[in-house]
Amino acid sequence: MEFVLAIGIGTLAASGVWLILRPRTFQVIIGLSLLSYSVNLFIVAMGRVRTGAPVLITKEAGDSARFADPLPQALVLTAIVISFATTALFLVVLLASRGLARTDHVDGQEPEA
Amino acid sequence: MSGASGLVIAPILLPLLAGAGMLLLNGEKHRSIVAGLNVGATVALVCIATILLGLSDAGTRDVYRLGNWPAPFGIVLVLDRLSALMLLLTNVLALASVVYSLARWHRAGAHFHPLFQFLLMGLNGAFLTGDLFNLFVFFELLLAASYGLLLHGSGLARVKAGLHYIVVNLAASLLFLIGVSLIYGVTGTLNMADLAARVHAVAAESRGLLEAGAGVLAVAFLLKAGMWPLNFWLPTAYAAASPPVASIFAIMTKVGVYIVLRLSLLLFGEDAGASAGFGREFLLLAGLATILFGAIGTLASQDTARLGGFSVLISSGTVLAATGMGQVGVTSGALFYLVSSTLGIGAFFLLVELIERGREPGADMIAVTREAYGEEVETDQAEGDVGIAIVATMGLLGVAFIGCALVIAGLPPLSGFIAKFALLAAALHPADQPGGAIPGSGWALLAVLILSGFATLVAMARAGIRIFWASPDRTVPRVRVIEMAPIMFLLFICAAQTVWAGPVIRFMQAAAQSLHAPADYISDVLNTGSSSRQAEGK
Repeated sequence: MEFVLAIGIGTLAASGVWLILRPRTFQVIIGLSLLSYSVNLFIVAMGRVRTGAPVLITKEAGDSARFADPLPQALVLTAIVISFATTALFLVVLLASRGLARTDHVDGQEPEA
Repeated sequence: MSGASGLVIAPILLPLLAGAGMLLLNGEKHRSIVAGLNVGATVALVCIATILLGLSDAGTRDVYRLGNWPAPFGIVLVLDRLSALMLLLTNVLALASVVYSLARWHRAGAHFHPLFQFLLMGLNGAFLTGDLFNLFVFFELLLAASYGLLLHGSGLARVKAGLHYIVVNLAASLLFLIGVSLIYGVTGTLNMADLAARVHAVAAESRGLLEAGAGVLAVAFLLKAGMWPLNFWLPTAYAAASPPVASIFAIMTKVGVYIVLRLSLLLFGEDAGASAGFGREFLLLAGLATILFGAIGTLASQDTARLGGFSVLISSGTVLAATGMGQVGVTSGALFYLVSSTLGIGAFFLLVELIERGREPGADMIAVTREAYGEEVETDQAEGDVGIAIVATMGLLGVAFIGCALVIAGLPPLSGFIAKFALLAAALHPADQPGGAIPGSGWALLAVLILSGFATLVAMARAGIRIFWASPDRTVPRVRVIEMAPIMFLLFICAAQTVWAGPVIRFMQAAAQSLHAPADYISDVLNTGSSSRQAEGK
């Protein structure tokens, strides 16, 4: 399980970094989205990966090690919402730049060949 | 907990409510009400920040527990001298910037006033919070508002600079999250005080992971602070922003500097066990590199707005390098410098547009200003002028320019000189080796600071000669009182900081001392719950 998760996070992050470094704005926004997915998975993984463990501590007292850590899940929810909102905002700027510069190059002008 | 602790949350709530209210009132016909609300809210924030500064100087930390949850479990807001100082600095700068914008700039686009208040909310929250993840939320808040403000006035140059600015900052936010989750994974807490209490007990095999987390986190802050080599976006973005926005952005780099200063001393202070002093050499070297990069940039910049952008870098680099020295005296000098340079640069950004206004279009004016210029001529004719034009404009502009140059370059008699003097005096006489040899880092800081001051002076003198002397056929710009007053207000504070340098330095020293003694901070934050419960029980 850890191995699959680690490979998944790594693949997403690597693809995201590669796309961010591309010259077209659409590639950059997809890259940022992929990066944010990988970071979200990473946050969950930092709360220790386990299956079948309940999140909330029930009335009957017990070893807290039997329970999954709820905090990273709360963090990841916040992070998802925020990255979703900022991606939407970036999309607007991307369209404005496309409209004003008449090109989708990140520098607002085509490089001289 | 003192009785006024409810006031601690006011700098966050007030802009939130004001900004939300303005959104309801938005539109052409409510513009004057909205503008009035913005000014009113900002004045109220300055008053609140002043009261909080007075409270913080009493020596006790005000800890406000959100939802009344005790410290390691709930989120806390912590008011101490440093955060109160930053609050006041932010809101004073905001007041100047918002008054300036009333002359014309707030009409250049929609939602200027609400975005401005949301930016203030994010800034105030970032300075007050005592929780790492809450800090992330406030960071995102201020960044989201700053994206909108940077694009204020529109135009190709702003959208281009804004695109780069947003991508860079989104990537930095992701690094922030990676750093926070690594630290959480190792220590199991996000409360800064709790974190600091646990750092020395981290097992040796996890220490590398903790330091990696702190390093990744620091990259996110240092990018905001504009540290070399993470700062290539900054001069372009700041030069493209409209003047009131650029002026308030001068404090945004200081958010990064503030967090680095606070966290490096809190988490990796003397009590941190094997991690004590982590990252200090790096901060010192990178800070020095930033100052040099900024100095070269000021010499190379062709237009005055970029000159301001590079001065921001010098200012950040100086405080970062001083943080890297890790001494109480240097830190207090750096705080004094931080206040004076931020005010000076804020005033400079406001001034740039006024002096560029009179120059013949196309001299070396940036495309942005020209575009905005074209738009405004029409607006002016349509809506008429706001405020009264000033007589003897050129003289006044010249005096303000000299004032800004003196503060930024650090020449007597204004506060920039005292700040650099305090900084260097402490760096050359380290407290731990009285009468001993001057450390190499002190010499390096001395050399780089003097060099950067000289470079700034040369660049400023060149710009001043070009603007005021070398263009005889220029038209005298029409400047209104409402535009000149904020600049004079900021410069007046710099002058006041010079006259009352004694009390100000004493405050900075107290702030630096409490920063360098994290044990008090930790016990204040973590024990607040128990002590107030006892008080309730009585």
